[in-house]
Amino acid sequence: MSERHQITAGLMPLLDSALLVAAKEKGFAAGEGVDLSLMRETSWANIRDRLAVGHFQVAHMLAPMPIACNLGLTPLASRTVAPMALGLGGNAVTVSNTLWAAMTAHGARPDLDPTTAGAALKAVVAERARAGRPPLRFAVVHPHSGHNYELRYWLAACGIDPDRDIEIVILPPPLMADALAAGNIDGYCVGEPWNTAGVMLGHGHIATVKAAIWKGSPEKVLGAQAQWAENHPEALAALLRSIYRSALWCAEPANRDELAALLAGTAYIDRPREWMLPALSGKIGVGDGAVVSVEDFFVPFAKAATFPWKSHALWLYTQMVRWGQIGHDKANETIARDTYRPDIYRAALEPLGVALPGANAKVEGALKRATPVGSAGASLTLGPDGFFDGGLFDPDQIDAYIAAQARHAVR
Amino acid sequence: MESRSLAILVIDENRIRASIIEAGLRETGHENVTVVHDINGIARTIAQINPDVIVINLENPNRDMLENMFQLSRAVKRPVAMFVDRSDRASIEAAVEAGVSAYVVDGLKQERVKPILDMAIIRFNAFSRLARELEEARSELGDRKVIERAKGILMTSKGLSEEEAYGLLRKTAMNQNRKIAEIAQSLVTAAALLGEEP
Repeated sequence: MSERHQITAGLMPLLDSALLVAAKEKGFAAGEGVDLSLMRETSWANIRDRLAVGHFQVAHMLAPMPIACNLGLTPLASRTVAPMALGLGGNAVTVSNTLWAAMTAHGARPDLDPTTAGAALKAVVAERARAGRPPLRFAVVHPHSGHNYELRYWLAACGIDPDRDIEIVILPPPLMADALAAGNIDGYCVGEPWNTAGVMLGHGHIATVKAAIWKGSPEKVLGAQAQWAENHPEALAALLRSIYRSALWCAEPANRDELAALLAGTAYIDRPREWMLPALSGKIGVGDGAVVSVEDFFVPFAKAATFPWKSHALWLYTQMVRWGQIGHDKANETIARDTYRPDIYRAALEPLGVALPGANAKVEGALKRATPVGSAGASLTLGPDGFFDGGLFDPDQIDAYIAAQARHAVR
Repeated sequence: MESRSLAILVIDENRIRASIIEAGLRETGHENVTVVHDINGIARTIAQINPDVIVINLENPNRDMLENMFQLSRAVKRPVAMFVDRSDRASIEAAVEAGVSAYVVDGLKQERVKPILDMAIIRFNAFSRLARELEEARSELGDRKVIERAKGILMTSKGLSEEEAYGLLRKTAMNQNRKIAEIAQSLVTAAALLGEEP
């Protein structure tokens, strides 16, 4: 512990920056010998650029972002690795009050069920098309985001073509609720607290949640500039250990109020403390006073929530292919697979003697209930990790998965 | 072809900085400059003017939206890449330091675009310096005003001359190792609380 590591991390004002915020504010970073500076940013583009020029060594990143960087899909990119995930889940789909009223007329209920909500939305979409009205417009935060892919997955599985039947635009998270109120958009898929913001301000209803579309699904990762990670393995390992400890602290219900207060601070999300609590407690106010308890709404620690699964990287890659962001070939698939680095994660956490998954990839959607799994060291429980439509993603059958989704796209 | 003047779009919600950039571009012979302060309707603007170069400040939260627009060929005819040459690391760094980002139509010759970027970087830095100096000047002015008021309070309540009042403030500040303006501010606040404000 003689050598101190100086690390600057960029983050966006989102609830799942919690693991980084608590790592710094609760002293976990300092305890591992890391002097961690956190810098809030205004766009994912800024995070990417500042990582590329070396202002940041690591950053809070959308799970597909490092893959998109390495595939050359971004205007400026430096090689980026994802040695750790920053939790699972945490997003929701919010619709305007007007759209929600139209959806309830077609059977949507305030229970966040993606199947009934999706069927109702499909009926509204068809109704508008018959009346010759313009398509509904939904916003997501970035084209290479879990939000974009889970929204599209949900819509497509409900028979709505995300490219033809509705319009998807890009908006920064803090502007979503205002855009909904102004009628510029009809709905959005974003991380917390920006769905709660829409509900609390009376602008919208939460229709469904990421945790219902795909349970235990990837959302943010710690992205590290690859060159820096290669040259400073000890600094990175110390940081990963501190984030692991932070995740454990974030998951403890007794710390919920303190964490909410930290996140609400002016240097981070800078919004009311009450806005942070639904995501942390899983008791989601969906609108009109209704509260729905969501299992695993946001999982900071349990179920290997910080493990960078190669199967997550590969699923995200299949969605880039599905929606025409990149062509599928073995070289691209390899780049996606190699972006996530469970080897770095394992090496960093080994000294802690904690539960680690036995494999680097899993069949996504296979676990219908929480299941104890074989792991190195202490015991570990995974799942449930099901897709709402019963879909399965076997990372060893990637060509078949891509082909099946391509057939479905032209329905 | 090479002599055709480049279409340049400047997106900046800060009107003063935008006009400084615009002036710089015009001084260097660029006539085809469009300045936009509001991102709303930007797709239409881009389709209309078909810019060769887009300059945007880094605090703008809509960079992700803008970049997405470049990837959708419907809005912009040609692919747009950041900076002229990805390997030109020094100028990328200088730009990010200055708080400016630029997008350039693919295939544009480096020698035509580099001066534009360099100018934008210089003007962004100059603006930041100006804003900092203005802020300092503002707080200096504020300091002077509060010291004047504190002197007035001391002169009335203790029957001191202006010089004696200032001397007392300075001595108190030195004893407490604080700035005169801070001592003056405490005095003004206390006087207001006690209803002694003249």
